[in-house]
Amino acid sequence: MRRTSVVKRTSSVKPTIAVKSTSPAKRTGSVLGAVLLAASLLVSCSSDAPPDGSPSAPAGSGAPDDDAGREAEFFAQEEYDQQLSLMGRSPEGPEGRPWEQMLIPEMIPTEEYALPEAEAADIHLCFSNAGVFNPWRQVGMTTMEEEVAQHEEITEFTVIDAEGQDDKQISDIQELAGQDCDALIVSPNTTATLTPAVEEACGRVPVIVFDRGVNTDCPVTFIHPIGGYAYGAAAADFLVDEVDPGGKILALRISPGVDVLENRWSAAELAFEESELEVVDVEFTDGDPATAKSVVTDAIQRHGGIDGVWMDSGATSVAAIEAFEDAGEEVPPITGEDQQDFLQAWSERDLTALAPTYPTFQWRTPVIAALRVLAGEEVPEEWRLPQPTITEDDLESYVRADMPPLHYAMCGCEDMPGYPQAWGG
Amino acid sequence: MTTETPTTPKAPGRPARIAALLGGGAPVYALLAALLVALAVTDPGFYEPDRLLAFIRRAAPLVLLAAGQYLVIVCGQFDLSVGAIVTAGVVVAAELYSEFPGAHWLVVCAVLLGAGALVGLVNGLITTGLGVPSFITTLGMMLILEGGVFFWTGGSPQGYLPDDFRAIGRDDVFGGLPWAVLVCAVVGAGAVALMRSGFGRTLIATGDSERAAALSGVRVHRVRTVAFVLSGAAAALAAVLVGGFSGVSAQAGSGLEFEAITAVVLGGVLLGGGRGSVVAAMAGAFSLTALFTLLNLQGVSGALESTVQGAIVIAAVGLGAADWSRLRRRSPSRGGPPS
Repeated sequence: MRRTSVVKRTSSVKPTIAVKSTSPAKRTGSVLGAVLLAASLLVSCSSDAPPDGSPSAPAGSGAPDDDAGREAEFFAQEEYDQQLSLMGRSPEGPEGRPWEQMLIPEMIPTEEYALPEAEAADIHLCFSNAGVFNPWRQVGMTTMEEEVAQHEEITEFTVIDAEGQDDKQISDIQELAGQDCDALIVSPNTTATLTPAVEEACGRVPVIVFDRGVNTDCPVTFIHPIGGYAYGAAAADFLVDEVDPGGKILALRISPGVDVLENRWSAAELAFEESELEVVDVEFTDGDPATAKSVVTDAIQRHGGIDGVWMDSGATSVAAIEAFEDAGEEVPPITGEDQQDFLQAWSERDLTALAPTYPTFQWRTPVIAALRVLAGEEVPEEWRLPQPTITEDDLESYVRADMPPLHYAMCGCEDMPGYPQAWGG
Repeated sequence: MTTETPTTPKAPGRPARIAALLGGGAPVYALLAALLVALAVTDPGFYEPDRLLAFIRRAAPLVLLAAGQYLVIVCGQFDLSVGAIVTAGVVVAAELYSEFPGAHWLVVCAVLLGAGALVGLVNGLITTGLGVPSFITTLGMMLILEGGVFFWTGGSPQGYLPDDFRAIGRDDVFGGLPWAVLVCAVVGAGAVALMRSGFGRTLIATGDSERAAALSGVRVHRVRTVAFVLSGAAAALAAVLVGGFSGVSAQAGSGLEFEAITAVVLGGVLLGGGRGSVVAAMAGAFSLTALFTLLNLQGVSGALESTVQGAIVIAAVGLGAADWSRLRRRSPSRGGPPS
């Protein structure tokens, strides 16, 4: 099978959950204008982090808390309520294959896109990727490539990497729409800016959007896990259950102003407000373990101990755990994500922990959806994937000592032929 | 401006001698003292021995980088590649361990130091031999290393750093004295000794006036290259500490080059070379770390933190530069015996 892959990688080394414009945010006592100028040239900005679903969450409809401002901007009550209710529902679809499951699906017909029989075994699939600028997206990209490799009818798979730039992705989508793609998968870098480009492509080729959404319903389907509110709430509810009332909670966040991360935090903030826990500190770590370790160490000292740690993503969770160990304190209940290093630390040290996920198995689904659409089978209009949370009970089934520390366990890739080598195992 | 003509500049008075001893770094010592007092007020427990040592341990990588950066800056150059060397060092160590799981930590450290020195050598040879400005050379090196790390690891480093390697950045030698503090002290003493040696004087002379130094027989190219090599090795040593402290991360060193340059400049070292003391540069690194700690303890959060840092740093450097020149010009007449 022939595969053209036009994957260019960014020169910027900001692979762990990178943040918008990195180095000024990092502790850069900026003295040298020239040096900083150089820095801003070097460190290309990239929006980042596992971007969440919630298509264009409408701004602030009914923020529940009084401190308005930023929180309200990133909080939508309706979306919040829906996500929380979805976490309790069981999905439809094949057992044990969550990437094919769906929650409250509204199926739509796709006969209009069905390929004639002669072409059905010679599919050209195209993918406009926002970028591979963090480990989450790298694990996802590998997973998608392996999914494609499983389908012989896909004879050509073209990937163009936008390197985290909206303008590049706009031209990427235009370029791909002009090629002879049978279907176009888009993982938008940002929601609003990419909408016109996706709308334009919709008229020429069936489009499937996943991960982050766009402000139009022209794509055949939009695939995403439940979302950021559910993530943040799951982690916060765990701490509310595990930490005694009056306990001191440290919240570690990557950076302010990134919608997906704000969603996670606003849901957690709400849960903490309703509880008897006290959030003593909300700190930003830039996703840097050294910063995180210092921040946690300082917090332990300043407050004479911390009773629970909430994190908006897992990149620095091991550093946080070590900070407690180095301070000679017992590690309190802590939430992370499904990175291997955290899961292994949790298992080895027998911690009280929880790992909400933003599953990387969602990268398999667009390929499956594309094949269904091209076969004229019905798909859900909005394909809501389950969003599992790793708990103490099923932890051991996700720990893989042979996988890289930043491998995301919820990849749904264990049954694929390339596992584990393709993922670095 | 005083109307007195400076008398015999050869016989400086006591304050001038003290100023000379401090190498023009007086403002940074004042700043450091102020920050330490502020820390004590904010958090009375700060001066408990283990917490103080923990603070020094946290500052150690930056102190090493500042010492290395000082050597390069004082001879009139820049080294922007140190942050990338730290990142590459941490990632390379992890990759080495995934290839050779049983490797002795001393061997891995030696490999890292050698590689860091090699990168410095390349920086130095290109800068001096080809006449490429060091700003460009080391900027290019930074990009090459960052790109190389990204290409090699795919952005997601493999492997772990075992506990014996991490001990240097994380554990104590004995009786609560962290390894990092010991390393920091040894490197600091070494740097002071180096700057008092003939090499140190030629280094400063080279930064002061390359032509004058060359005419008096200094091999400027060699001196500068050695400075780059030492800076590279110091960065590799910092990588060992950073990797030990916080583990594998593909952004372990991001931004450290700016922090190191900031620390050196805070220490009153003249950009362009020829003036400044290595002790003051290292004090600059401590000041910067103290400032970060203070901001954190004060609860200055998120985006505002970098703004506050920037403002304080600019103010401190501006103040420092002004004081320095005045001190230098006035001290002979003010401190000397009345004529």
